[in-house]
Amino acid sequence: MDRRRFLKTTAAAAAAGSATWRSAPAQTATIKIGVMAPLTGVVASGGKEMIEGVRLYLDQVRNEIGGRKVELVVEDDGSNPDVALQKARRLVEQANCHMLIGNLLANTGLAVANYVKATGTPYFIPIIAADDLTQRARIKNVIRVAGYSASEFTHPLGDWALKQGYKRIATISQDYTFGHEQCGGLAQVFTEGHGEIVQQFWHPLNTADFSPYLGQLADLKVDAIFAMETGADATRLIQQYASFGLKATTPLLMAMNATDQSVIRTMGDECEGIIASAHLVEGSDNPITMKFVAEYEAKYSKIPSLYGFSMYSGMMWIDAALKTVGGKVEDREPFIDTVLQTELDGSPLGKVVKFDSYGNPIYDVYIRKVVKRPDGKYWNAPIESYPNVSQFWKYDPETYMKQPPYSRSFQGIKKV
Amino acid sequence: MSFFQLLNGLTFAALLFVVASGFTLIFGLLRIVNLSHGALYLFGGYVGFTVVSKTGSFVIGGLGAMLAIAAIGMVLDQGLLRFVRGNDLRQVLLTLGVALFLDDLALVIWGGDSFTVPIPAVLHGSVHVLGTYYPRYRLFVLLAGVIVFVGLWLLLNRTRLGALIRAGVDDAEIVEASGVNIRRVFLFTFLFGSALAGLGGMIGGAFLSLYPSADAEILTFSLAVVIIGGRGSLVGVAVGSLLVGVLNTVGQVMFPELAYFVIFGPMVALLAFRPLGLFGRVA
Amino acid sequence: MTINVLTSEPLPPAGTGGLSGRTLVIAALIVAAAAALPLVLSSYQVGLATEVLIFGVLAMSIDILAGFAGRTSLGHGAIFGISTYVVVYCSTQLGLHPAVAFALGVVAATLAAAIFGLLAVRASGVYFLLLTLALGMIVWGVCLRWSQVTGGENGMRAEARPAILANQNTFYWSVLIGTVIVSFAMWRLVRSPFGLTLRGIRDSESRMRSLGYNVPLHLFIGFTVSGFFAGVAGAFYAMFNNFVSPSTVALANSVEGVLMAIVGGVGTLFGSFIGAAAIVTLQNVVSGYTERWQMILGLAFVVVMIFAPEGIIGKLRAMVPRKTR
Repeated sequence: MDRRRFLKTTAAAAAAGSATWRSAPAQTATIKIGVMAPLTGVVASGGKEMIEGVRLYLDQVRNEIGGRKVELVVEDDGSNPDVALQKARRLVEQANCHMLIGNLLANTGLAVANYVKATGTPYFIPIIAADDLTQRARIKNVIRVAGYSASEFTHPLGDWALKQGYKRIATISQDYTFGHEQCGGLAQVFTEGHGEIVQQFWHPLNTADFSPYLGQLADLKVDAIFAMETGADATRLIQQYASFGLKATTPLLMAMNATDQSVIRTMGDECEGIIASAHLVEGSDNPITMKFVAEYEAKYSKIPSLYGFSMYSGMMWIDAALKTVGGKVEDREPFIDTVLQTELDGSPLGKVVKFDSYGNPIYDVYIRKVVKRPDGKYWNAPIESYPNVSQFWKYDPETYMKQPPYSRSFQGIKKV
Repeated sequence: MSFFQLLNGLTFAALLFVVASGFTLIFGLLRIVNLSHGALYLFGGYVGFTVVSKTGSFVIGGLGAMLAIAAIGMVLDQGLLRFVRGNDLRQVLLTLGVALFLDDLALVIWGGDSFTVPIPAVLHGSVHVLGTYYPRYRLFVLLAGVIVFVGLWLLLNRTRLGALIRAGVDDAEIVEASGVNIRRVFLFTFLFGSALAGLGGMIGGAFLSLYPSADAEILTFSLAVVIIGGRGSLVGVAVGSLLVGVLNTVGQVMFPELAYFVIFGPMVALLAFRPLGLFGRVA
Repeated sequence: MTINVLTSEPLPPAGTGGLSGRTLVIAALIVAAAAALPLVLSSYQVGLATEVLIFGVLAMSIDILAGFAGRTSLGHGAIFGISTYVVVYCSTQLGLHPAVAFALGVVAATLAAAIFGLLAVRASGVYFLLLTLALGMIVWGVCLRWSQVTGGENGMRAEARPAILANQNTFYWSVLIGTVIVSFAMWRLVRSPFGLTLRGIRDSESRMRSLGYNVPLHLFIGFTVSGFFAGVAGAFYAMFNNFVSPSTVALANSVEGVLMAIVGGVGTLFGSFIGAAAIVTLQNVVSGYTERWQMILGLAFVVVMIFAPEGIIGKLRAMVPRKTR
């Protein structure tokens, strides 16, 4: 198996390295990184790309970060929080990993976060977007390197929708926290600018058939529809949106996961023209982004998705922090403090990124649109940008955090 | 409820019928609750997707899916299930193991991306039906469901094989005692039921898309259909499909909070009074 | 109630006489060995051992029905999970004392089992399987969708474990004590006149009916009691994980419980722990070597069903010529 061979070679390299290494014994050993990703279950393809992102970065730095060799221990979280928890225990208590990184689904990430709260293990979450992890319920050793908070990008999308002159929007979203938060971000900004959220639909994850919702959405005759979908739900919604003829009549705005490469790379013209807001725009003309996309495509024969990108950049961020502390990953407190002070430079975003004072990265957010590349593949191209957007949008952080977290019952909607 | 939503329920019911009819045939005659039926559905969809992508023909894709899944059914029945005949629990868990295996195999072969079976150009777009625009493909699914129903009805009621299957559902031992090789009837039924799962995967894969865990979802619906309809009854599975399909739509439109309860609640209530389902008979 | 020896194997008469001196010694040795495990295992392995105990109890509760009443339930994972949910909810949202939360969790599971029992006892064979499966699906659907209470897809985090049990080893020992108590209770139950009646029902329902037994009532009580034990396991699980989500009540959990009971040997009761140990080890060890652990688990299912349907204990018994008592 690929991974075992990899482990062996790393271990051999480490052994060779340690013989000639000069500094203290603690620093000669390898840095053990526990990577958790859903390699089976409903989001397995995303999980695979997470590992690819990590591998791509480590290949580029010759498997050495902060001056020390890296040993990866990869575990499958099975898209299941109970399993994730068990694997986290294994990585921390059995494999003695210095840090954990990964997880894709919010429920797996939250379960692991709750566990590392007690162990103090640094846990990096480039993909877990639950707002409160960098707002009302911070855990110091749970750090969102190269990640984002769920409502961070939908705030500007609400603003953009106002600028388009949309007055009435309906939303449809997966019924769980990630959906509530992404919808809430748009709903709050849009209604505060005197837009109207006509109706909100919440459906269970993995809804086989969207036709009942699409029928109701069509009847509302709104200016635009905002949809928050991930994975297979996104594929189906986009497909059925087109087949029921809504694509021709009503503009579709989506949260970024829905038009991520992981979804649209298997699709045809039904995804063309969909608007989303994100920090990552794979069709950007920024030379650094272009270089990353080209390298990723060359290595894995596909355009990178959010998952590959986030893990790649997350590793880069950790590397930068480790360089500052001279590879001393064992001194947890200084290491964690250093990560939070570190700026991410040279990431595929092509711009320096830093944390706000709550541990959430501040990004330039792009409004992006799905377009066809000359070779026939679909990707996202930027159409407008919002520089330096934090998770608090234009609100004062303290005031913002006094309002309840977005949920099905609280969407920040301002009544007209 | 509008005509449009009724159509949504009916087209979903048609797909459920194609999948669940295969399930109930096997359950009725062989007494096997085949929990790998969902995995067969998913595998059929993936095979159909690959064949259609390579050949460009939806029909060849459908045939390919049916043949491939019948072949897997052959291995399952002759290679594995024959060792555990007559033991309900062992059969059920064995098929569950097969389901786990097939799911993971599908993940290895096709990766975890969502795929949608490409549909032929004639089925693209919408048509005007009684005051509402409706996608052509979904009407085709409805038609396919009706065709499968009529075909199965003719098979069961107008052929000797069908008569044997019906008799076998009621009492397999008597049929065997009367000099018929019931094993062959069993095998045919198993392969045919599996092929229907494959066909369902192909049809469903074009509008519900294919992805890991799609199998568990369709299996859950099929179980509900069969439990409501009763074991081995064609009319039962048709009525069950209609009920579940329409209830699912009603549930999503009117009681979104209770989406699952709307299907399983009535099912449990029904079972409390008719443990064998609406059309089930004592074995 | 009279004792009816209608079972397939002869058993010592019910009552105190069942616990012979030799059995007692063996049991004591096994418990002592289990209690000594934390001295030789790493903390992670102690965690796994805790999980084996918890799931062993779940599998035993399934075995009461499967092995002794001939009814295999695919809904016990849900009953187990209801207890987990209630314990987490009570300790986090209501701020109740852990012991109270634990008790309420067990009560909730017992009530749920009673409802399941009412609906399911009239069915048998595959129908019982399907019905309990459907009931479990409802529980799962409710946990998934009733998000104001259950936290929906994301589940709930908690500090369900009391502070004095925070240490991994202490917690293991307390679960062990709980396990010993409920195991003894279950062992007594299946050897009681009530347990013998259940076996009678397993072997021939019509005979028991003609002998004047109220078959549905016995099954109902059996189901409810079995749910009580599943609830105990579920409550421990809440304290073990400090977390609950719909995957705890999902079908996969029920199936795992049944598989553990079968791998251990249906009707052997204590075989459940061997089954639990085998499955937990398989999941953890295999997944460390290959991403294809699900495939291997599936293969293991198939192999067990074909080659060792009587379970590990049963297989051993068949190989070792049985001593007469």
